[in-house]
Amino acid sequence: MPSRFTGNDLVCIRGEKTVFEGLSFSIGESDAIVLRGPNGSGKSTLLRLMAGLLRPDSGVLTWNELDISQDIHTHGANIHYVGHQDAIKPLLTVAENLSFAASLKASAFNLRNALEVFALIDLADLPVRLLSAGQRRRLALSRLVASQAPLWLLDEPTVSLDEGAVTMLLSAIAAHRAGGGMVVAAVHGPLNLQDASEFDVDTFAPTGSVGFEDMSI
Amino acid sequence: MTRALIQILRRDLRLALRQGSDVAVLVMFFVITVSLFPFAVGPEPVILARIAAGVIWVTALLATMLSLDRLFQSDFDDGSLDLLVTSSPPLEFIVLAKVAAHWLVAGLPLIVAAPFLAVALRLPADGYLILIAVMAIGTPTLSLIGAIGAALTLGARRSGVLVSLLVLPLFIPVLVFGVAAIDAGISGLAVRPHLLILGAMLIATLPLAPWAAATALRQSLT
Repeated sequence: MPSRFTGNDLVCIRGEKTVFEGLSFSIGESDAIVLRGPNGSGKSTLLRLMAGLLRPDSGVLTWNELDISQDIHTHGANIHYVGHQDAIKPLLTVAENLSFAASLKASAFNLRNALEVFALIDLADLPVRLLSAGQRRRLALSRLVASQAPLWLLDEPTVSLDEGAVTMLLSAIAAHRAGGGMVVAAVHGPLNLQDASEFDVDTFAPTGSVGFEDMSI
Repeated sequence: MTRALIQILRRDLRLALRQGSDVAVLVMFFVITVSLFPFAVGPEPVILARIAAGVIWVTALLATMLSLDRLFQSDFDDGSLDLLVTSSPPLEFIVLAKVAAHWLVAGLPLIVAAPFLAVALRLPADGYLILIAVMAIGTPTLSLIGAIGAALTLGARRSGVLVSLLVLPLFIPVLVFGVAAIDAGISGLAVRPHLLILGAMLIATLPLAPWAAATALRQSLT
């Protein structure tokens, strides 16, 4: 059965402010959605909702018709979320960081492949504290490949990446979608995903309100 | 799922060992604080022997409390908690794995150091085995209860102070029965009831504390 992930009539209130309301989306196999909108329109918040890290104040998110809040751990295996923070430990090596993250999701994973996709193979045994910001970012992104999750949730994935690394990311996304994977990415700059639908979160802002702070933590 | 939990345990142990100074500082704190007491109350062997069990236990509580901040704080700060919450094992079991790792690096060294400090405080010979036994049963309970406090105070300002206010009162039952068991052993009374009560506390906190801490962790992410 082809997978489908949908959100229906979502409302999210942070603090006293409504970030967005009446937001619905649907994503199927091989689809990609690029989230657009100014700072504070709720892109990060929407991604965290999709990841199951936040609960919507109203509305439901469903994976193949099943409400994800019913079984958040099964949902956790379906998604991999890369947020603003890289979630890597400076004291561990690149390979240790990657295999730890992968072992949380998948029962079997190809470490070497994930390292190769983001050209980290030569850095595998280095402690992460020696890496540059861009290399750390590549490590965080390489977990997507290792996690084997069908849905990738990317929050500003291109931050601190150079052109070469952006190309690696784009080809990883293309390979993922070719295998039936789904991608939702929030980006500010240009990110050329083929036949991705653009989704402007700002259109769901409550009327007459000012944008809310983008960061959800 | 078991494999993922073992990975979490191994990662936390590896992190603690590569940052070995953390463990050393904790043990040094334990040793130095206990050795302050002979200076404060005088070297009178009778007095020291009387207070030995209490001093060691109170200091063990304080040392455990000091080590709680590394249980979840760094995972919270660097975003690893997002990863853990969305991983396949239930968060309650993840908390349990992290508490086990915490106990191995923060509880076990205290148990090893305690008999040596007991010598310095002239604890009577009958008390040593009981001291080790009650600490072996009591310190896991401290780590478990501490996990609730550590999870509740994530993201709070001055969380170190807050965690002590939350957690120290909850440590009192362990303190009472931990000291009472040693006192009973020294004076030739039955030790078993005290050990059973400490065991009961451990068994009760084993499922309840991870559940409470996991709920607090989920709350901290919103």
